[in-house]
Amino acid sequence: MADTLHFSLVSPARELFSGEVAHVIAPGTEGQFGVLPKHAPFMTTLKNGVVQVLRPGKEDMRIFVRGGFADVTPAGLTILAEEAVDLAEADKAKLQAELEETQIELKSHSAGDGAHVRLEEHIAYLEDLCAAL
Amino acid sequence: MASLKELKGRISSVKSTQKITKAKQMVAAAKLRRAQEAAEASRPYAERLAAVIANLSAATGADGSGPKLLSGTGASDTHLVLVMTAERGLCGGFNANTVKRARTLIDELRAEGKTVKVITIGKKGREQLGREYGDLFIDHVDLSDVKQNDFTEAALGLGRELTRLYEEGEFDVASLVYSRFKSVLSQVPTVQQVIPATPPEDAEVIDLQGAIYSYEPSEEEILETLLPRYINTQLLSAMLESAAGEQAASMTAMDNATRNAGDLIDSLSLQYNRARQAQITKELIEIISGAEAL
Repeated sequence: MADTLHFSLVSPARELFSGEVAHVIAPGTEGQFGVLPKHAPFMTTLKNGVVQVLRPGKEDMRIFVRGGFADVTPAGLTILAEEAVDLAEADKAKLQAELEETQIELKSHSAGDGAHVRLEEHIAYLEDLCAAL
Repeated sequence: MASLKELKGRISSVKSTQKITKAKQMVAAAKLRRAQEAAEASRPYAERLAAVIANLSAATGADGSGPKLLSGTGASDTHLVLVMTAERGLCGGFNANTVKRARTLIDELRAEGKTVKVITIGKKGREQLGREYGDLFIDHVDLSDVKQNDFTEAALGLGRELTRLYEEGEFDVASLVYSRFKSVLSQVPTVQQVIPATPPEDAEVIDLQGAIYSYEPSEEEILETLLPRYINTQLLSAMLESAAGEQAASMTAMDNATRNAGDLIDSLSLQYNRARQAQITKELIEIISGAEAL
């Protein structure tokens, strides 16, 4: 049996990655965890953070996820992210601009209403994302 | 017989209509490609999530102790029907078919003596159902300002609303009526139960080979966060499918309209030419008989 792990990372918008990898490190809500081939079945929720994908003979991939689930089965690891960005494709300047825009927009909403909460969540996500870059 | 001038006017008006339908067809074709891509891109996520739910509910839901969103309220007196249609017309029978399906569903439920509430998604469904079932409407979701098939916000908002209404005991069962995008030529009006959540029957349950699943945090907590997401995903993919279907239907309808306009132009041109010939002949006869009389 080959010593690789089938890993796929999907977000509602698209499938970011699917293939054989050596090792995945993901940010679980109860702590970061690594998944190697033949991991026992396991399921957890994720927090905002970087999923690191180690591939044999290739460069590591770093994908930022915003919440979601990881599901380890004998068939492999599946991460269902609410939102996911490949850090190799992310543009820091653009994200910074978006962050500032969102912060300005936040001021136009009063605290406590639905939009305010949503914007605050979005800002937290953008800040985490920028920090990960 | 219509006069030459009249015929000319009709031909040019049909021609400009044809230009419009042709342009609309091309716009729909371009939009269809994007909508189809978006719908297809969202499928892996929805499928995986369904598989995870199926696994989890097989593990926890068997004894009926699972969360309410999965196991139901135990009653089925009040039904919520979500009707998803397009914001725009000019797409053949697309809206009418979905509305027809919704109407049968509502009538069936009422015949069974259940209370029915309706939430419409998309303007056309609201207009068409409003006459008969206007008093059943409890909410409406407007999709007109959704840009570039980004329905995430709309689906999230609706999902939140549904969960809230459900927790307040406003309904027991929610079903969604929407058009499933089967192919460019065929969109199938489909009824899908959203709450209580039912994992699709064809979702593969992964064989754990005797191993025991471990959960972090607990199974219940995972299920509790996962279920609303599952509902949102169902809504989102329905919206995407419906959008793709609308464009496909619109493209087909506009293609037909363009072709009809072409036929009409042909027959009008024939009529016009005949009338012109007849007039020329008449004038010649007049001239000749005038010359003979001299």
